[in-house]
Amino acid sequence: MTADTILASLHLSTPEIILAVGGLVLLMIGVFSGERSGTIVTGLAVALLIISGLWLVLATGEGEAYGGAFVSDAFGKFMKVLALIGSVTAMVMTVGHDRSEQLDRFEFPVLIVLSTLGMLLMISANSLLSLYLALELQSLALYVLAAINRDSLRSTEAGLKYFVLGALSSGLLLYGMSLVYGFTGHIGFAEIAAALTSEGRSLGLVFGLVFILAGIAFKISAVPFHMWTPDVYEGAPTPVTAYFSGAPKVAAMAMLVRIVIDAFQPVVADWQQVVVFIAIASMLLGAFGAIGQRNIKRMMAYSSIGHMGYALVGLASGSMAGVRGVVLYMLVYMVMTLGAFACILAMRRKEGGYVENIDDLAGASATNPFMATAMTAMMFSLAGIPPLGGFFAKYFVFMAAIEAQLYALAIIGVLASVVGAYYYLRVVKVMWFDNATGEFARTPGELKLVFGLAGLFVVGYVLIGGPLGSAAEAAARTFF
Amino acid sequence: MTDWPILSAVTFLPLVGVALLLLTREDSPYGRRNILNVSLLTTVFTFVLSLFIWTGFDASNPGFQMTEKHEWLGTGISYHLGVDGISMLFVILTTFLMPFCVLASWNTIEKRLKEYMIAFLLLEVFMVGVFVSLDIVLFYVFFEAGLIPMFIIIGVWGGKDRVYASYKFFLYTLLGSVLMLLAIMAMYWQAGTTDITELLAYNFPAHMQTWLWLAFFASFAVKMPMWPVHTWLPDAHVQAPTAGSVILAGVLLKLGGYGLIRFSLAMFPLASDYFAPFVFTLSVIAIIYTSLVAMMQDDMKKLIAYSSVAHMGYVTMGIFAANVQGLQGAIYQMLSHGLVSGALFLCVGVVYDRLHTREIAAYGGLVNNMPKYAVAFMVFTMANVGLPGTSGFVGEITTLLGAFRANTWVALFATTGVILSASYALWLYRRIIFGALEKESLKSLPDLSGREKLLLYPLLILTIFFGVYPAPVFDVTAASVDALLNHYSAALQAAQQSVALLAN
Repeated sequence: MTADTILASLHLSTPEIILAVGGLVLLMIGVFSGERSGTIVTGLAVALLIISGLWLVLATGEGEAYGGAFVSDAFGKFMKVLALIGSVTAMVMTVGHDRSEQLDRFEFPVLIVLSTLGMLLMISANSLLSLYLALELQSLALYVLAAINRDSLRSTEAGLKYFVLGALSSGLLLYGMSLVYGFTGHIGFAEIAAALTSEGRSLGLVFGLVFILAGIAFKISAVPFHMWTPDVYEGAPTPVTAYFSGAPKVAAMAMLVRIVIDAFQPVVADWQQVVVFIAIASMLLGAFGAIGQRNIKRMMAYSSIGHMGYALVGLASGSMAGVRGVVLYMLVYMVMTLGAFACILAMRRKEGGYVENIDDLAGASATNPFMATAMTAMMFSLAGIPPLGGFFAKYFVFMAAIEAQLYALAIIGVLASVVGAYYYLRVVKVMWFDNATGEFARTPGELKLVFGLAGLFVVGYVLIGGPLGSAAEAAARTFF
Repeated sequence: MTDWPILSAVTFLPLVGVALLLLTREDSPYGRRNILNVSLLTTVFTFVLSLFIWTGFDASNPGFQMTEKHEWLGTGISYHLGVDGISMLFVILTTFLMPFCVLASWNTIEKRLKEYMIAFLLLEVFMVGVFVSLDIVLFYVFFEAGLIPMFIIIGVWGGKDRVYASYKFFLYTLLGSVLMLLAIMAMYWQAGTTDITELLAYNFPAHMQTWLWLAFFASFAVKMPMWPVHTWLPDAHVQAPTAGSVILAGVLLKLGGYGLIRFSLAMFPLASDYFAPFVFTLSVIAIIYTSLVAMMQDDMKKLIAYSSVAHMGYVTMGIFAANVQGLQGAIYQMLSHGLVSGALFLCVGVVYDRLHTREIAAYGGLVNNMPKYAVAFMVFTMANVGLPGTSGFVGEITTLLGAFRANTWVALFATTGVILSASYALWLYRRIIFGALEKESLKSLPDLSGREKLLLYPLLILTIFFGVYPAPVFDVTAASVDALLNHYSAALQAAQQSVALLAN
């Protein structure tokens, strides 16, 4: 490698380098200024993520780096910006959060920065090896985050569960990669695709593909690898849950899109049936599983399982329209989820602290109208009712499915969305139709900001949908 | 007309009212008054503005007028508005009924008036939007968006079983509509556009029409509602507040009929022809069965709700008769039903506000102390029955004429519905208005107040006016209906010819 190519590579990965170096500096600041330096480190971490994002948007070119292990392209940039926004928002939401869950420790922002770094690398990963390394960096940071409230039984249990099952899925993924490498002789995505085109597929490769899909399905919490989600969502401190449901999902979905569209494009029929199956299973389980939930975090866990299913509907079509649908879906999904979690974080009683049951929202439209209105918009949007953003997200993924003539998938999907509407409506019903049982404490400004912006986004999607759609289309065009 | 975007203005003007309402405070001394005045003024202004659509409308032009088109969401989805003879009067009907809804809620809504009015104004935006949309995705957005405010209206300000009714309303209609959404996508991939004007000109292959027709029918049949998917309607009507019932019966039910004309009949002529006997069967069952069910109700609102289902049966029958009389009659029947059933629900609201019960058995002999109410109620009852001289008659006779031309048996069975509707409506009237004024609770009831007169008299005048002089409506709809039917029969002929060619 000559100096020129190294410089070019460094230039393409500058946002990641900013995060890596910055994360280590933050760690130093935290260590040397003592236990409770959380606030300042959080502020610096937010600044760091924003700088990295700005650099990404303004000054990063496109191309392959590090001998093809890393790629920077329009799709990657779009998803990276999403992941960064998700991370920043999650961090902002913890600022006013109670000290009882130990989120004011400086490790928290450092871990978020490191996991975000992992996500950016996942999105840019262009070979099996870099993909695995990036995934592990992200996952290990997330395991610790789930268990960050080490005095809480629930939190540590969530962390342990996440770790054990996550390790299992990483094992599956790695095994699948080794099979793919063994049967094609390559780890780079483009080389794998070339080998598949020229040599055709072998049975071993199909096994490897299935293992890889299983490993990634775990990361996006798609059925049948979803079991950890409700427990981890419920057990982890709420700001951490908010983080889990946003950025990591975006990154894992982007990684999945890139690997199947780039590396396994020649065997589209093989992965398509797997994706169709997990999409259907996720949509149905998400819809029916959420009905019986009383804890709103568990409900959101099932909701996110279902939404991953919808996003996969787009991917299942394997077309340009499908990838555009996935990209838009992840954008809208992340905004909706973060907005909903901002509202959930605002569920704090004047006395008695945080509450997590759906019934605790009773009468919120009278006691806390702004929050209730935002939450209502989120719920209708998650249910996919027009004119809110969630509808258009669903529209584009289902349109791709219809184009690919996956009629059964589309019909099951829309029917599942009607079932799903039932439990979203329950939240609305509790907030609007029931009488208040208690008052919430004053909502901190940063949460108001988050759910206010998210509400504006889903309501205003009808106005900004055009530019967003073209941006998503430009991102999707990367692959086609 | 000039280039001035009047349709957008009419559609989104209520949002100005919403913005003003957000600035008011309900608990301030004049809060309630301000909210009511703002809502009333907004709806009246919208109505007046919408009249300009009618005055500027060229009745001889069968195509779409006052169109506006802008790029919207990419992939061909555009913001495309326009009206033709079929949709224009529905816009007027919607804007016309809204001030009545505000007036009907004047004293009856005791809590959270501000949210209530915001929900109604949003509902107006969405309903008008449905009728003026010329892009099928835009149409769907407006069509579905109406569910949100209506869900809240039924659920927050409704009666005892409001939660059940609002869920049933929402999920039933959503289930029907999502299948239509998939059909819309399939149409996009087939025809390469979501623009209604282009889709109307596109000939879908016959086998595809069948599936598309079924998907659209699933949505519109629920919305109409047709037997056997009508069961959400009585629940929703009974639980909704008076104004909610008015708008539900007056406008929301018409969305289904409008959709059947605009999409099912105009875009899928072969499938419409194929399924016409099926629709006739359902319509006749609806007319006879729900009329019988209506007779046995002891709740006034439920009775009127079932009678709405029966009247919508005439509409579907008229639409799929697919001739001038049937289609003109169906449109007329929808408009007339919008006035009459809206007025009937207002009549129920008048006595409900006084006694807080809708039990028919709780009333009797009201003619003695409420003569003006008795007269108004009588005119609307007669219009509901379809007595000559009222607007209901014109609609029924023309749909029946159309059906008679298409299929004599259908017309025969449907006509028995007229007799049945006379029996339940007159019986309702007798039980409430006539008889001796024996019940203590009724003796002190005052007659119509000034506000209630303002509510009922204009509707009364219009009911009689359109009963004796239907020309203004028929003139407007004629050209568009003719164009639609020409297209329809041309498509059928072309299909028959190709079949004949294949046979040779």
